[in-house]
Amino acid sequence: MADFLLNALLAGLALAIVAGPLGSFVVWRRMAYFGDTLSHAALLGVALGLMLDVSPTLAVTVGCVLLAVLLVTLQTRQPLASDTLLGILAHSTLSLGLVVLSFMQDVRIDLMGYLFGDLLAVGPADLAWIVGGSALVLVVLAVLWRPLLAITVHEELARVEGLPVAAIRLSLMLLIAVVIAVAMKIVGVLLITSLLIIPAAAAQRHARTPEQMALGASLLGMVAVCGGLSLSWFQDTPAGPSIVVSAASLFLLSFAWPRRTA
Amino acid sequence: MSDALIRLSGISVGFRGQSVLQDVQLSVKPGEIVTLIGPNGAGKTTLVRTVLGLLKPDSGSVWRKPKLRIGYMPQKLHVDATLPLSVLRFLRLVPGVDRASAQAALAEVGANQVIDSPLQSISGGELQRVLLARALLREPQLLVLDEPVQGVDVSGQAELYRLITQLRDRHGCGVLMVSHDLHLVMSTTDQVVCLNRHVCCSGHPEQVSGDPAFVELFGQDAKSLAIYHHRHDHEHDLHGAVVNEASAGLSIQGPVQPHVHGDGCKHG
Repeated sequence: MADFLLNALLAGLALAIVAGPLGSFVVWRRMAYFGDTLSHAALLGVALGLMLDVSPTLAVTVGCVLLAVLLVTLQTRQPLASDTLLGILAHSTLSLGLVVLSFMQDVRIDLMGYLFGDLLAVGPADLAWIVGGSALVLVVLAVLWRPLLAITVHEELARVEGLPVAAIRLSLMLLIAVVIAVAMKIVGVLLITSLLIIPAAAAQRHARTPEQMALGASLLGMVAVCGGLSLSWFQDTPAGPSIVVSAASLFLLSFAWPRRTA
Repeated sequence: MSDALIRLSGISVGFRGQSVLQDVQLSVKPGEIVTLIGPNGAGKTTLVRTVLGLLKPDSGSVWRKPKLRIGYMPQKLHVDATLPLSVLRFLRLVPGVDRASAQAALAEVGANQVIDSPLQSISGGELQRVLLARALLREPQLLVLDEPVQGVDVSGQAELYRLITQLRDRHGCGVLMVSHDLHLVMSTTDQVVCLNRHVCCSGHPEQVSGDPAFVELFGQDAKSLAIYHHRHDHEHDLHGAVVNEASAGLSIQGPVQPHVHGDGCKHG
């Protein structure tokens, strides 16, 4: 197997594993639009990273984290509904990113690669970052699993029972920010959320416990990565969108499978 | 008063310039059931949130017994339909709970048949019991129940109130609960606090000894249904000002604050 294909496969699988449990929380807490906003803002992070000459991956992570904090602050300080606020931030940061990039005439960047991913160009350094980032997020998720479930079920009840709800909620946002920075190379800023929510949504129909859903989402995500890469390899389709298409097919298939009765 | 679990004094809370609570006193002792009643918008839930520490009052002091364990039963629970959560898993979100203790808590509230059911599939009455079981699993010294009988039919309400009394007797915990129903307050409530942005009055509810209509309708449940009669310790003149506040008919906690009623006050 060609090296670049192996790198791509490992990177995709690492992301799929962590996207399972994290995506489940995105679905349970209805944060899909939030994930979308962060990923749109990732392009602004890339632009600023190029401008300030720091690694785009680092710039995207820091940018997403800052946006997550800004969002939480805005949500509590003004009356606009969350989805309005998210819509404003998502599109204005994406546009700002594109505008900033257009000013940098001397920088030749592969815009399509950032928007839709460039999985087959993942090098050893990228791979290390992707696997390391995914592992870190997975460990933090495992540690915070029960508190995260508790605040998802009822935030005030969790607070009365002594959980630091604000800190846990912020941690979840930061984890999503890290995963977006990780996933950008794989599926691109416009498709990241799909990798979080489609496998989780597909696993949901057949899961009896939160853990089953998270694990099922990881497995389905891994299948989607393998399927998408195969499609890309044999039919020369773009890798990122192929993965999303195969995830969506799995989602449709989950309806064909008879639901277990309790 | 030194044996109280929680003591609030002079609590005032406002939202966006509108006063919701004004100079409210409240205390709950171990083994005592205190019921908050009042019309919609009277600030009952705001007061409960202050007790729970979810809300910081604009002024006044909240004293809690050190290391007070509070079992809280929220008004409603909405769990997203996509979250596959059984009743057992829901109860096990409380640290240190295993299947046996969850089963025991459910048996205590009479809901052990739903232990393996998905949380979203059980009825409103069963959900209230499950929420009560979760509050009990914390081995609370103070139970805080926000409209515990919401969404439960009338005979179920009486049963639930009786259950709360039994739990109080068995665990010796203090109970603070909210009801917006003037007519249905359990007979064993030790203290009723009538709230309408301020404490109008507080005291023991009168018991219905045996209204034939109640007995016929609810059988033995009628014993725990009571029509709450109370007399305000103050009268209001045509302009809403307080007159005659000296003749206190009920025990009032803390100093009686004469208050001037304006358009914001919805009671007579």
